[in-house]
Amino acid sequence: MADPVAGAKTALLVLGCPQVPVQTSIALYLMNRLKKAGITPVVAGNKAANTLLVVADQERHYLGEVLDLDRAVGLITDKKRTFDLCFVFIHNDAGVSYAATMGAITNARLYALVYGEHYEEQEKKIDFPCTVVAAKAVHNPLPLKKAIDEVAPWAA
Amino acid sequence: MGCVESMNYEIVLRDATFKESRDYIRGHFRESIDVQPGFKVFDVHVIGLPPIAIGLDGDFVIFPYTKPCHGTFLLRVEDKAEAARLRALKK
Repeated sequence: MADPVAGAKTALLVLGCPQVPVQTSIALYLMNRLKKAGITPVVAGNKAANTLLVVADQERHYLGEVLDLDRAVGLITDKKRTFDLCFVFIHNDAGVSYAATMGAITNARLYALVYGEHYEEQEKKIDFPCTVVAAKAVHNPLPLKKAIDEVAPWAA
Repeated sequence: MGCVESMNYEIVLRDATFKESRDYIRGHFRESIDVQPGFKVFDVHVIGLPPIAIGLDGDFVIFPYTKPCHGTFLLRVEDKAEAARLRALKK
C-alpha cells in the first residue's frame, strides 16, 4: 500500500484507550496543526478511539485515513507503510508498550504524548529514544496543548 | 481480539503491566526466548518494550497480548508446530 500522498510528509497518530477525555480533542488539534504544515496525518486506534474521531469530524475537516491499530502495527512491521513522524498517546502501561513498539518498528521521529492523572508514573517507564511531551491533563486539554505547542513537532 | 479470539487460549495473567508479564514468563517457565516488538507469534504482532519474553512449556506457547484499554494479557496456547518454530529460533 502506498503512502497517502507521494512525496508528502506523513504522521501516524497512535491512539490509546479513549477513557481519558483529552485524547480526542488533542488528536483533532494535532491533526489540524500537522495538516496546516503540509503533513498528512493518519490515525491508528481501536474501534472506540477511532469512532470518537469519525463521529466528531463528520465532514473530515481534520481526519484523513483511519487504520485499525493492530492492522497498522502489521503494515509497519511488514514494511508496507512508513511514516515520517509518529505520535503515541500514553496514559497507561499499554500506551508505553505501543510507544516502545513504534520506536522499534518504525524509523519515524517518535513523540510520546503522556497525559492523564498519573502521567508521571507512565513517563518514568519511557527509557527508549523519543521526545516526551507530558502534562497532567485529564478533562482539560489545555496543559497538553501547551506542552505540544512548546515542542512544535509540525515545524521539526 | 481478532485472530486471537479464534485460538483456544488460556489467560495466565490479565490486565497486567508489560513488566509484570515479562517477569512472570522469566520466573515461571524454564524455557523462553526474547524477541523484538512486532515479532509474529501465531498471527499476532507482539507489543511491548524490548526484549519481549515468550515462554515455552512443552507444546504450549505463552506470549503477551496487549490491548489499549486492558493492558497486557499473558496467553497460553497449545500448538506443537509454533512451539517448535520458536524453539528453533533459540539455536
